[in-house]
Amino acid sequence: MFLSLSVICLTVAVLLAQVNKMTAKPIAEAKAMKLQNAISEVVPPFDNDPVAEAYLMPVGNGDSLLVYPAKKGNDVVGYAINSSSNNGFSGKIQIMVGFDTEDRIVNYAVLQHAETPGLGSKMTEWFKNPEKQSQSIIGRDFSQGTLTVSKDGGDVDAITASTITSRAFLEAVNKAYLAYSDTKVETVTGATHTKKASEEEHKSPEIKEEEKNHE
Amino acid sequence: MNKNLKILINGIIKDNPIFVLLLGMCPTLATTSSAINGMSMGLATMFVLICSNLVISLLKNLIPDMVRIPAYIVVIATFVTIIEMVMNAYVPALADSLGIFIPLIVVNCIVLGRAEAFASKNGMFASIFDGIGIGLGFTLSLTLLGATRELMGTGKIFSINIYPEQFGSLIFVLAPGAFIVLGYLIAIFNKLQHK
Repeated sequence: MFLSLSVICLTVAVLLAQVNKMTAKPIAEAKAMKLQNAISEVVPPFDNDPVAEAYLMPVGNGDSLLVYPAKKGNDVVGYAINSSSNNGFSGKIQIMVGFDTEDRIVNYAVLQHAETPGLGSKMTEWFKNPEKQSQSIIGRDFSQGTLTVSKDGGDVDAITASTITSRAFLEAVNKAYLAYSDTKVETVTGATHTKKASEEEHKSPEIKEEEKNHE
Repeated sequence: MNKNLKILINGIIKDNPIFVLLLGMCPTLATTSSAINGMSMGLATMFVLICSNLVISLLKNLIPDMVRIPAYIVVIATFVTIIEMVMNAYVPALADSLGIFIPLIVVNCIVLGRAEAFASKNGMFASIFDGIGIGLGFTLSLTLLGATRELMGTGKIFSINIYPEQFGSLIFVLAPGAFIVLGYLIAIFNKLQHK
C-alpha cells in the first residue's frame, strides 16, 4: 500500500519535472511576447528594446510603476507605462498606457483583469472608440487635470453599467500619467545637466587659454 | 469493437455528463460565457479524462483498495498540471481566459467519477472509449451551452456576428443566464430522449 503510492508519486514527479523543463522556455517566451506586443501597440514606432531599458518610477504611497522608454535612434518617442489598480469590480486591473512626448495618450492595452465578461471587460475597447470622443481617452493630454468619469464630474463617459470598472481603469491611467510626468521631469533635467556639462567642456578650453594668457 | 462504440455513444447521449448525470456543474456554469471558452474547457477536460482513464485502467490491479482515491487524484492532478503548462506555453490567451478553471479540473467530479465507476472496473480499450465518449459529451454540451449564451447575450457565435449586439440580453452572459440556459437545455434534452 505504502509502496505502491510511493512508486506512483515518484513516477509522477519525474514526469512533471520533465514537462516543466520542456515548457519553461515557451512559457517565458509567451510572456515576453505578450509584453512586447502590448508595448508596441501603445507607443509610436520605435527601434530600441524598451524591455531592456525599463526602470521603476515611484508614484507615492510606496508604489512604483515600470516605465518602458521607446526610442527611435537616440530620441525618446514615447513611454509605455505598466500601471494597475486594485479597485476593480473583481480584482486587479493591469494596463499598459502609452504616452508620446507631448503629454498625450497614444494608446492603451489591458494586460490582465478579472472584470465581468460583457460588462467591465468592455474596457479593452471602450476607451479607445474613435467614433465616440466622450468615452475615448486616446489623444487626451491632461491639460484639464486628471481623468474622471462623467458621473464624478469628469469628461470621460463610463462603460454602461460598469462605473466601478471605469473608475478603476481611469485610476490606473492617472497613476501612469503621474509616473510619466515624473519621468519626463527627470529626463528633461537630466538632459539640461548633460547640456550644461557639454557647455562647460566647451568653455573650458577658452578658460584655459585665458589662464595661459594671464601667465 | 461494437461494444466500445456503444460505450462511446453512451457517453454522449445516455450518460451525458451535463444533461443526464449533472456532474461537473461548477466549470459548466462558470466557463461557458462564450462558445469558444466552453469548447476549450471541454477539450481540456476530455484530454485529462482519456489519459486518467487509460492510466487508471492499467494500474487498477497494482493500486490497493485502501489508497485508491489518493492514487487516482495524483494521476489526475498530473495530467491537469501537464495540460496547464502546455496551454500556458502555446496558447497563453486561452489559458488566461479559462483562468482558475484549468487547475480545478483536478476536483471535477466527472474525472474522478469515471475513474472510480468505470476505469477501475474495465479494461484499457473500454476505458479509453469511455473517456472519449464522456469527454465528447462534456465538450459538446459545454459548446452548446456556450454558443446559446453567447448568441442570446451578444448576438455572436464563436465571435461571428449573427445579429447586432445591442439586441442581445446581457443576462445570458452573466451567471443567472448560465442557470436559465442550462435548465432549458436539460428540459429539451430530456424531452428528445424520452420520445
